[in-house]
Amino acid sequence: MLHHDRVESDPVRDTQINFAYLDERTKRMIRRAILKAVAIPGYQVPFGSREMPLPYGWGTGGIQVTASIIGCTDVLKVIDQGSDDTVNAVNIRRFFQRTTGVEVTTDTSAASIIQTRHRIPETPLRDGQVIVYQVPVPEPMQHLEPREEETRKLHALQEYGLMHVNLFEDLAHFGHITSTYDYPVLVNGRYIMSPSPIPKFDNPKMNLNPALQLFGAGREKRIYAVPPYTTVESLGFDDHPFEVQRWQSACELCGSKVSFLDEVIMDDQGKKMFVCSDSDYCSKRQVKP
Amino acid sequence: MTGFETQQPLMRVQGLSCAYGARTVVRDISFDLWPGEVLAIVGESGSGKTTLLHAVAARHTPNAGQVYFDLRDQGLQEIYGMSEAQRRMLARTDWGFVHQNAADGLRMNVSAGANVSERLMALGQRHYGQLRAKAMDWLERVEIERNRIDDRPNTFSGGMRQRLQIARNLITQPRLVFMDEPTSGLDVSVQAKLLDMMRTLTRQMNLAAIIVTHDLAVARLLAQRMMVMQNGQAVEMGLTDQVLDDPQHPYTQLLVSSVLQP
Amino acid sequence: MTLHSMHTTPMLQMKNLSKQFLLHLQNSTELTVLQDFHLTLNPGECVRLSGPSGMGKSTVLKLAYGNYRASSGEILVRDTQGQFVDMTKASARSVLHLRTHSMAYVSQFLRVIPRVAAIDIVAEPLLDNGLDLVSREQAREQAAHWLTRLRIPESLWQLPPATFSGGEQQRINLARSFIKPRPLLLLDEPTASLDPVNTQTVIDMIGQARQDGIAILGIFHDDSVAQEVVSRTVSMQPLETNK
Repeated sequence: MLHHDRVESDPVRDTQINFAYLDERTKRMIRRAILKAVAIPGYQVPFGSREMPLPYGWGTGGIQVTASIIGCTDVLKVIDQGSDDTVNAVNIRRFFQRTTGVEVTTDTSAASIIQTRHRIPETPLRDGQVIVYQVPVPEPMQHLEPREEETRKLHALQEYGLMHVNLFEDLAHFGHITSTYDYPVLVNGRYIMSPSPIPKFDNPKMNLNPALQLFGAGREKRIYAVPPYTTVESLGFDDHPFEVQRWQSACELCGSKVSFLDEVIMDDQGKKMFVCSDSDYCSKRQVKP
Repeated sequence: MTGFETQQPLMRVQGLSCAYGARTVVRDISFDLWPGEVLAIVGESGSGKTTLLHAVAARHTPNAGQVYFDLRDQGLQEIYGMSEAQRRMLARTDWGFVHQNAADGLRMNVSAGANVSERLMALGQRHYGQLRAKAMDWLERVEIERNRIDDRPNTFSGGMRQRLQIARNLITQPRLVFMDEPTSGLDVSVQAKLLDMMRTLTRQMNLAAIIVTHDLAVARLLAQRMMVMQNGQAVEMGLTDQVLDDPQHPYTQLLVSSVLQP
Repeated sequence: MTLHSMHTTPMLQMKNLSKQFLLHLQNSTELTVLQDFHLTLNPGECVRLSGPSGMGKSTVLKLAYGNYRASSGEILVRDTQGQFVDMTKASARSVLHLRTHSMAYVSQFLRVIPRVAAIDIVAEPLLDNGLDLVSREQAREQAAHWLTRLRIPESLWQLPPATFSGGEQQRINLARSFIKPRPLLLLDEPTASLDPVNTQTVIDMIGQARQDGIAILGIFHDDSVAQEVVSRTVSMQPLETNK
């Protein structure tokens, strides 16, 4: 097993805390919710979201899902915007090291569980892996229809005209669909789902993915799932079909022309550089000749 | 084809009653509505007219009575016996509902074009160019400038919002439109424009309509038939011009004589 | 229905017709305007209701049209199928159908609808409720023909009649009824505000209608006009002896 570079104070397992922080009954409740979610792809299952030792908006949903499925033989990778090194990713990873003592890694292919905020790794996932997404707003129609009573009915009756209203608006105002992230998808031909604020560039990766995809929203108390090999289609119009983003340049560090690139400002004169958002993917490509 | 040749009424209401606890607000109302007919329900505040409208439009479950609507392929069906999905589908396609306050019947934070074409998108239409073209046609029909298609209704005047609401409802060619005081609160000249448009559209599209209003002039202008309500009961019903020119019931006579003539 | 019987079967029959107004707001005063009134009107006739004002002449027309509700008696109007419909018992729907297909009423005053152009007001009966008898363009053409015949200047055609003179409004009213001929025509003072030239035109129009078999019931204030168009007069007496 590959290890990440040692950091100053690598946390050790704190045996005063129950494995993965949550009590066993809570984990059971969450697992039941996960099972239900997997049985109904794309459907938002309510769950008893617990108070976690960090505020809402920092990934409490994703953490609770991971905490409920993680076992001592699992290998965990945590990324935030594609990087293993941001504050959020580092802190969540340390949290699980303290509460479970499991192996952690930055290598996508070595992980059995990947918790992510706002990106899907470039390296394709495989059968047996689980990816857990952190979700702020699970309801894709929320800003057009704030009443949950109503959106529940819309989902139940498959009344999804409203979603296209959103896209229509984009086309009307910008000439093209501007939602570049959190782009709504139709799961298994039935439920419309928010894929979490991943860039639409990543949407195609969700389709027929061999891994299990789980979604946790802590503040909103919802869990949903896309089982392996499930169809996930991004919405669009007949004359304006879904399109992914493209860049003119390649990654300046590894030369990739197919990955999602971040724009980095280099100096006060506005000089910029494009680099892969997925740090593991990029560094692996740099190592190879 | 005129309404007369069809044998079925478009809507049949029988013995409709609504109560809020011990207080009965709609008492035993019955009437038929035929295709292309406009019925005005007239009364003062507290007469129960708005509750009645909501009850026949499947928005408020009555305590007693039935409401039948003629579904295109199945004949008269009791609307409260349908599934909610069917009722909602009906409300989106064959029915329209024009609210007194346009903001209740529109999405204020979404463009006029999206407001108008939403129903079509809900029915599965997926070609943006065609949706937009149709929306523009309808804006023109309700006398809203085509270049306002991308503007939001919160930038529209009250009269414009109301006309937008009408376009949003009529785009699916409904056979029946419910209207709740559609011209209240609008300036007189704006009302005139709106009424004229409603008159033209109902005739052109052979629309049936049930219009709740306290304004007898609106009833006179738009409706062939009229029902006068007082304390939840229909005290008089008949041809609009007959009820207004030869009122029988004391309350109707009071209403008619109370109207100011400019 | 043979051609012969069409012309001998009455278009309108009023039997034992009575009308009282019960004025609830004036201490329930009862006002009797008509009592045991009888009338038979045949196709091709023009019957004049005569008598001093206040005798109920307009009331008779309004009862025939369904604008007023009879207190007792019968009002039989022949429909397009040749059947008699009793207006006093007919549903609103039936009356509306009769108004569309079987009877026209020219009231004394034009009820002005704001914003609708004169030409469209006249064309409207042809376009009612998607009847699709004619296209909008054809309807307007016919309306133009009638407006021209009644000498309404073309400059006024696109204007709503609210600002027209009494005579102009009356001519709009007439055009609107004549554009779609119906077998029963009710006229309330049709030439009251008209100058001699237009009065003559209306006389011609009535004459033509009679020739076409239309049954006409009218109130004419002007005896010289009545002389030209009327085939029979019914004089309305004070209430004891109404026959």
